[in-house]
This record gives sequence, structure tokens and C-alpha cells, in this order.
Amino acid sequence: MIPPSFDYAAPTTVDEAVGVLAEAGEDAKVIAGGQSLIPLLRMRFAAPSTLVDLGGIASLREVRDDGDALVIGAMVTHAAVLRDPLVNEHLPLLVSATETVADRQVRHRGTFAGSLAHADPAGDLPAVALVLGASMEIAGPGGRRVVPASEFFVDYLTSAVAADEVLVSVRVPKQGAWVGSYQKFNRVAQGWALVGVAAMVRRENGSIAEARVGLTNMASTPLRATATEQALAGADSREAIGAAAARVAEGTNPSDDLLGSADYRRHLAGVLTKRAVAGLV
Amino acid sequence: MTTTEIGSPRRRKEDARLITGRTTWTENVTLPGMLHLAILRSPLAHARITSIDVSPALETKGVVAAFSGRDVADVQGSLPCAWPVTEDMVHPDRPPIAVDEVRFMGEAVAVVAARSRAAALDAIAAIEVDYEPLPAVLDMEQAIAEGADLVHAGKGTNKGYTWVFDSAEAGTGGDAGAAIDDAEVVIRRRYVQQRLIPAFMEPRSVVVDPTGDVYTMWSATQIPHILRFLLAVVTGTPEHKVRVIAPDVGGGFGGKLQVTPEELIAFVAAKRLGKPVKYTESRSESLVSAHHGRDVIQDIELAARRDGTVTGLRVKLLANMGAYMGLVGPGVPILGAFMYNAIYKFPAYRFECSGVFTNTTITDAYRGAGRPEATYAIERIMDELAVELGLDPLEVRSRNWINADEFPFTTVCGLAYDSGDYAKATDRAKELFGYDELRQEQQARRDSGDSVQLGIGISTYTEMCGLAPSRVLGALRYGAGGWETASVRMLPTGRVEVVTGTSPHGQGHETAWSQIVADQLGVAFDDVEVLHGDTRTSYKGLDTYGSRSLAVGGIALYNACQKVIENAKPIAAHMLECDPADLEFTGGQFRVRGNPDGGKSLADCALAVFAAHDLPDGIEPTLDADAVYDPVNFSFPHGTHLCATEVDTETGSVTIRKYVAVDDIGRVINPLIVDGQVHGGIAQGIAQALFEEAVYDADGNLMTGTFVDYTLPTAADLPAFVTDRTESPAPDHPLGTKGVGEAGTIASTPAVVNAIVDALRPMGVNDIAMPCTPERVWRAVQGGAA
Ligand SMILES: Cc1cc2nc3c(=O)[nH]c(=O)nc-3n(C[C@H](O)[C@H](O)[C@H](O)COP(=O)(O)OP(=O)(O)OC[C@H]3O[C@@H](n4cnc5c(N)ncnc54)[C@H](O)[C@@H]3O)c2cc1C
Repeated sequence: MIPPSFDYAAPTTVDEAVGVLAEAGEDAKVIAGGQSLIPLLRMRFAAPSTLVDLGGIASLREVRDDGDALVIGAMVTHAAVLRDPLVNEHLPLLVSATETVADRQVRHRGTFAGSLAHADPAGDLPAVALVLGASMEIAGPGGRRVVPASEFFVDYLTSAVAADEVLVSVRVPKQGAWVGSYQKFNRVAQGWALVGVAAMVRRENGSIAEARVGLTNMASTPLRATATEQALAGADSREAIGAAAARVAEGTNPSDDLLGSADYRRHLAGVLTKRAVAGLV
Repeated sequence: MTTTEIGSPRRRKEDARLITGRTTWTENVTLPGMLHLAILRSPLAHARITSIDVSPALETKGVVAAFSGRDVADVQGSLPCAWPVTEDMVHPDRPPIAVDEVRFMGEAVAVVAARSRAAALDAIAAIEVDYEPLPAVLDMEQAIAEGADLVHAGKGTNKGYTWVFDSAEAGTGGDAGAAIDDAEVVIRRRYVQQRLIPAFMEPRSVVVDPTGDVYTMWSATQIPHILRFLLAVVTGTPEHKVRVIAPDVGGGFGGKLQVTPEELIAFVAAKRLGKPVKYTESRSESLVSAHHGRDVIQDIELAARRDGTVTGLRVKLLANMGAYMGLVGPGVPILGAFMYNAIYKFPAYRFECSGVFTNTTITDAYRGAGRPEATYAIERIMDELAVELGLDPLEVRSRNWINADEFPFTTVCGLAYDSGDYAKATDRAKELFGYDELRQEQQARRDSGDSVQLGIGISTYTEMCGLAPSRVLGALRYGAGGWETASVRMLPTGRVEVVTGTSPHGQGHETAWSQIVADQLGVAFDDVEVLHGDTRTSYKGLDTYGSRSLAVGGIALYNACQKVIENAKPIAAHMLECDPADLEFTGGQFRVRGNPDGGKSLADCALAVFAAHDLPDGIEPTLDADAVYDPVNFSFPHGTHLCATEVDTETGSVTIRKYVAVDDIGRVINPLIVDGQVHGGIAQGIAQALFEEAVYDADGNLMTGTFVDYTLPTAADLPAFVTDRTESPAPDHPLGTKGVGEAGTIASTPAVVNAIVDALRPMGVNDIAMPCTPERVWRAVQGGAA
């Protein structure tokens, strides 16, 4: 299908974008890569009055080294993430997770920030942002604010970015001594995750000193598997990892649908966690 | 004849325009004053339309007209079924736009014509419809039970027909019931062919131009000729005032072997409005309303002796027709009826199929049409017999199959298999596969309790293609014949135009036909142009489906070429001042036998008839020739496909480690095209085994209405295929070729599922429902291990 008609604005600065949003009112919507929004418009599930295109704001296409972190602009596409030397050097987990997103065409247009703002529980990058400890810089009528990933994903398709705000950039701490793995399980290669597990560990003296485990599609928002994370601290054997992984579904609430039952998703989360962590030690 | 072209892996001459899209896709057709149609579709599976008001749509910007089924009830006609398989088949009326009742989700209920597609889409949302929901009939077994709710209340039953073949009654074999009663071993299984969606790449699209008193329809169809005939009949338009053009068409797989509501809606709208109209479906509309495929419950009983010799087979099917009878839908399982005995010398066979109405999208032909279902059932159950008897599955097969020296072989269905060598294809496949090594690895993994188990799946298939001898089709109550046509026109400059009655939609006919003509006539490959799909240029033909184009149309083409040579002979003789009887035609030259120089080419003759200044007396000044060929038999390709799967028992995930296909399709015209057909065919067969299923919920809502839920695999999900061929030339074809369009799909599904079941046998698993999703495989492992 084709979308219902809408007005279109192409601001060239973030301030201008915020201004247009304020003027256009509640029904306006920001468009970045359009890879999630355009399908919604075409299916006529959404009918915004105005689209505010961030594509003309050159500064949003930058990846910047900010000491202990990288700052990734809102218009940095998945493809740009995969190519970027800074990201490759400091955030290999983000690179390997991004490789699993959709297909080349979608990665060419879709943005890292857009997939966080969209807050699809089946999206691969929200769980990765959680374990990486990312924080989001948001601009609105009242100025700028920073929201940590842990508070950013509010509900199904709902992030902390309000209708009159723009997500400007994502600040992601460099991995440093942390190694990470993203395990995605899908029905077809280009499909969304049935379940995904983003795991990071910091090793000390042959055992796991600290671990973080983020889950994709195990609830209406991405979430951390805290019981597993705690159980992994100090784990020094396959058995210990397995036992920790077995607790990964605690506190989750996966959906039960055509692509997989909730039971199966819980089971998969355990297997994927075990594999992710075992591959890191 | 020299054969420099036949057998050469020519790159397809049509690909540049197909791949870039700079061509005549129907959606690319734009006419002056053209209006755009949008169709409002039923959100319910079964309901009475209590009221419908299209007037709000008329008030929307850009809208020119809007109408409901009731508005056009007396002119829209009813969609045809060309294959009433039994005399008493129930064939309910099927108005293109529902009038009083909707019977499946996605059925058209109203139409808007507007100046732009966007305006038409905006306007359909304004149409007001009140529905009174009726109970949705979905489960086939419940549908035919006593007191079931009815899809068509007026018909009193959900059973559309029951069609029976019994070899004892037909005199072609023994009594299957007796064989089962007396058997040393009987294997009984139920297999379910899930519902599939053909999912061709180019969505359906139709343009109708009503200029003057001629209606020209462009349609993304496989069957322009059949469509023209039926359009004339259904709408009461004189046939010579209907022109159908299938321009370049982007895939079909049987899914465009249909006369669709959308085509008739566009016709009715163009006629009403007196203006050209266009309708192009969205992908979502396509998935819910273009016909689906398969959806058959198969109950199979196989009787055998302890030594593995099969003594009888009984098959009982329930075939889901959907809400109405499609163009050839009722006949699809009947095509399969002749294939359950497959490559084997079964002595007794009974087949019974009931077509059942449900409140779902109609089903109809989908790549293989009946034959994949049959092949699946028999190749799965032959494995079960092998397990029961403790024999290698290949051993059980070879004990029953027709040997190479037994061809032609008349089967228990009465078909005469033309040629083949099953042992040779199997030996080659085993060699390429490394069968013995993989069996060893399988054992090692079993012994070590590896979490990833290995399975080997076999499918030794045959199929009947080259549809079809017209008399046989008549005996099966099919509405048309099975002949095909070709015309060869020699242009004055020696270039050649070929008109074919086949209707390619991605198969590469332009290339293969050019290769044939180049060799027959001794002209350059690039000097041949193949015309198709426009009933003005190709007024006669029976189109493309059932792997028939080369197997039938190729013979017509060959015969037309021979006629051209015959036509040219007296002219060449006149120029060479010799007796025609002294001429031979080789390498594109007529020469006096025994004299290698001073020949005349067909181009020389073409120029001579063009000028016509100096022709022998009484000669018609043309070389052109037409041929119509009605096949004397089907052709029967065969082959052996072997598949090795790795099954991750922790997640249920299945990976195809190796896939070997050795096909015997007779002589090959273009190996590159054949490989393409085999690869694509296998991909679609694997898709049925592992990925695809159209699912309805309990209310009859299609749950798999987008590609997020209808999980269509892509190249990234498939292994590299190892393909090879053996060659048993088709005795009835002057070029020795058989069809290849469906072979891969027919063969591959059972090979994959057999491999998965084989991997999990030690865990007590003997079946997994298709598609074998990771969750189903995982559950089988859990259940089996418990
Ligand atoms: C076929 C297909 C397959 C896909 N598969 C996957 C997959 O496997 N895994 C996966 O993770 N994703 C997948 N995606 C989604 C893809 O990653 C998208 O790119 C991503 O979800 C959204 O990014 P975008 O830039 O396209 O956002 P848009 O579509 O432009 O926007 C999405 C939403 O976020 C809002 N938004 C975007 N940017 C901002 C901003 N800077 N400030 C405020 N609001 C903003 C928009 O208003 C909109 O509501 C798939 C998409 C497609 C089409």
C-alpha cells in the first residue's frame, strides 16, 4: 500500500527540528531511516500529519571519540556502524549485533538511534545498548537531557523520547576489558529475533569477574537478566555457566505467538545465554 | 542439424531487462486518462453483508466511482472453474465482488476508481459495511462431519466432490484393500501438507483499456490465452473483441494460473466507466487473496511383504478447496493421484480424494500441483517401511523400483513411463554425496551423544510433466486440451521471429527457444526474437504451467522449424539449379549432396521469397510455418535427491549440511537455465519442509499476512546445492527433452523431512509436522526422549 498523505519538513539543525515538532503538534513524527516507520505508514497503522526528516542534519551523521566513550549521532546508519573504524575498535559487540540486523538494504538506511527510539522489543540493538551501558541525549522544547539505557525503554514501542523531542545521539562507553557476544535466534536469516541474548563479561584470573546479560524479545521491553548476571560472577566452569544461564528466564514475560511459544522462548534464552557466555571464557 | 547451441549454457537474453525492471511489467503500463482501482476486502472469514454504503467514498477527493457487488451483480459474472473433476461436483457461484455474503477473509466487497492510487486507497476506508458474522468453517474433518456449519448454505454440504481411482476397477492392477488385508506388514500414516502461499515476486497487476469496442487487458498472468477465452465467455464479450497481453511477468509458480476476481473487477470497471483502469495489489492483499497452495490431509496405508516388496497402497485425501472452486483447484489433487505409486512397481492401488470447502482463500496450483504431495507421502512412508523391516531406505526403494530395462513401463495407474534409469541416478547421487562416509559420521555422533545429530534423507522421485495429451485431459474432465503452438517467420534479412503459445514468466523461453531455432535453422542465436504473451501476435496457445513449455511447446517449435526448411527447399533448389531431392540442409546451408561449396542459406531463400522475382512456378512466396503439437504422452523426469541435515537437539534448529540433486530430465537445451530451475525448485521444496505455512486462527483470520509471519526463506537460509544429471532421452520428443520446472520442488521436501526424522530416530521420533520449525523439532526431541 501507500501511506496516507502528510506534510514533510526537512530541518538542517536539531534546534530547527525541535521547533518544527513544536509547531506541528502532537501528530508530527520524526523520521530517521524510515525502516520501521515507513512500513507502519504503508500498512496505514500510523497516519502522522507531518514527518520531520532528520536526514538533512549533517552533524547527526558523526561518530565521535569522547574519551572513555563513543558518541554516535542519530543519523548514523547500521551500515555506517559496521564500517566505522572507531566503532570496530571500541565496540565490537555493537558491530557483531548490527551484522544480524535485517538485510543490507535495511541496514543501509536504518539507524542505530532509530532502532533504540522505536523500542521494538524484537529489535536487536536495545538489549545491546543496555549491556553496554549506553545513555541517550535528547533535545526538546525545554532543552537537552540525558537518559541512561536502563530508563530509556518504557514499554512496547515506547521509549523515553517524547513526541516533541529528538534523540540526538547515543553515548556508548568503550568496551575496554569487556568482551561481548550477541546470540540471535530467528526463523529465517533476515527475520526478527525470536530471542536474542547480548552477553558481556570481564574476566579475572580465569574466571568471570563481572557479567551483564541483556535479553531481546523476552518482554515488552529489552531487559537485563540480573539473576543470571549475579550467578555468573565468579563462575569458572561450564557447569557454573550452565547453571547461571538456566536462570535467565526469571522475571521475563515473552510473548506467545505464531513464531514461537513463550515456553520455547524461555528455553531458547537459556541455551543462547549458555552459548554466548561459554564463547567468551 | 548442427548442435552448437543446444546444450550450451547461454546467459539468458531476457535477464537484463527483467533484472533492471526497465520493461513492460503490467504496473509499468500507463495510459492516458487511466483511473486507479482500490479494493475493499472483507475483514471477516464468513459473514452476511447486511448493508453497504459506498457513497462516502464518492465524496473523497479524486474519486470518480465506487461500487459494491450488489451494484454490479447482474454484469460481473461468476469466476470460472475449468476442471469439474466429477459430474456432480459442487461448483458454487463466485462473484468477483461479494454480493450478499463473504466467505473468506480478503474477499472483495467494494471497489473505488480514482485519479490516483493514493486517492483510491484513501477512499476505500470511507466505505461503510455492516456485517452479520456467520460461523467460520475451518477444519476439514469438522467441515464434513454431520451437522457441520456450511460455507455455502444453499449447497447443503461442504464436500465439493469425491474422486476415486481404483486399480482393480480400472483394470490396471489388483485390489488394494485385499492386499492390505493379506499383508505381512502394513504401515499406516497421516501426513499433512500445510497450506502454502506461492509468493511470486511481482504482485498481481491488471490494466484494462476499453478503447473502441475492443477490450485490451494487460495482466500479470501465466495464462493469457486461457484468460482471453474465459474472459470472453464469462463477460459475454465477443472473443475477437478481447485482447489479452501478458507482458513480462515476474514469477507465478502456479499462483498466476488463475482467472482472478481482480481481472474481472478491472474489466467491469473499465466497461462501466469507459476509461482505462489499473489495479495493482499490495503484498498484504496478495498474501490474503491470491490463491494458496497444498493444504491436504493424507491418510496412507502401505502393504508389504517382509522382504520389502510392496503389495498395495491405499490413499485417502481431504483437500482444502477454500471457499470456492478455483480455476483448476479441484484437479490439483487428481494430478497427484497418478504419482503416489511413484517410481515403484506396486501391483495394487486405490486413491480417494474429497475436496472440502472452508472459509479460507481458495487453493489451486502451486509448483508441482499434486505431485509434491504424492511424492512426499510415498517417499516418507517408504522410509517408515525400511525402519519397520530393518532395511536401508535405499535398499527398500531399489527392491521396488522399475528397472532401466523395463521401460516403457505401464504403472498401476495405467500411465506409460517413457524412460529412465533410477539406479544410475541413485549411484551418482550417492557418490557425490559421500553416502557411506556420512552414515559413518551419523553413527559416531549417535555413539558420542553429540547435541548436534546428523540425518540423511532420500527422495527418489519421478513426476509426470509436459501437460498433456488432450485426450487424457478430456478423460479427466479438464476443460481444455494440452496441445501447444509455434510459428516461425523468416524475415527478408534472414532474421527470425518466433511466436510461441507458451507464456514465460521468468523461465527463460526467449533464450532456450532461440537456441533451438539457431540450431535447427542454422541462424545466429542473436538473430532470433521470441514473441509471446500477446493474443494479437500469439493468438493461439495454452500457456505455461505443469513443466509443459519445452516438453510440448518445444516440439511445436521443432516441427515449425522443419516446415520452414521444407518450404525453403524448392526455392534453394531453384537458385542452385538442381532437383530439391538432391539437396541436404546442414549448418544452415542447402547444398547439393556431395558438393561442399556453393550452398544457399535460409537467409538467401528468405530474401528470394521477399523479392519473389524469380521463384519456381506455383510456389507460395513464404517460408513461414506454424505447427500445433498435441503430445502423445506425458514425459517422466526422475532423479535422486539426498539431503544431510544437522539437527541441534538443544534448540531444534535444522541446518542443511549437504544437498545433492541428480536429475534426469532427458536432453538439456540450456544447462544454466536447468540449474536455475533446479535450484529454485529445491529452494521452494525446502521452504515447505522447514519454513513456510499459511496459518488461520480459530475465527478464520489469516495470521501470516505479511512476510514477518509468513517466513519465506532466502538464499541466506539455503545451502549450496550440488547438482548433476543423468540423461535418459525422452523417446517421444524429437529433441529428447523432458520438463524441469517442478522437479526440484517435487523431490526436495521429503528428502529434507526424511533427513530430520532420520537424525532423531534413536530418540523415538518418527514424524514431525511441516514446516519442521525449530520449536516443533525441539518438542519432538523432548517428547521423543521422554
Ligand atoms: C525488513 C526489515 C527487517 C528488519 N529486521 C530487523 C532486525 O532483524 N533487527 C532489528 O533490530 N531491526 C530490524 N529492522 C528495523 C531496522 O533496524 C530499523 O532501521 C530500526 O528499527 C529503526 O531505524 P530507522 O532509522 O529506520 O527509524 P525510523 O523508521 O525512521 O523511525 C522509527 C521510529 O523511531 C522514531 N525515531 C527514529 N529516530 C528518531 C530520533 N532520532 N529521535 C526521535 N525519534 C526517532 C520515529 O519517529 C519512529 O517512530 C528491520 C526493518 C525492516 C524493514
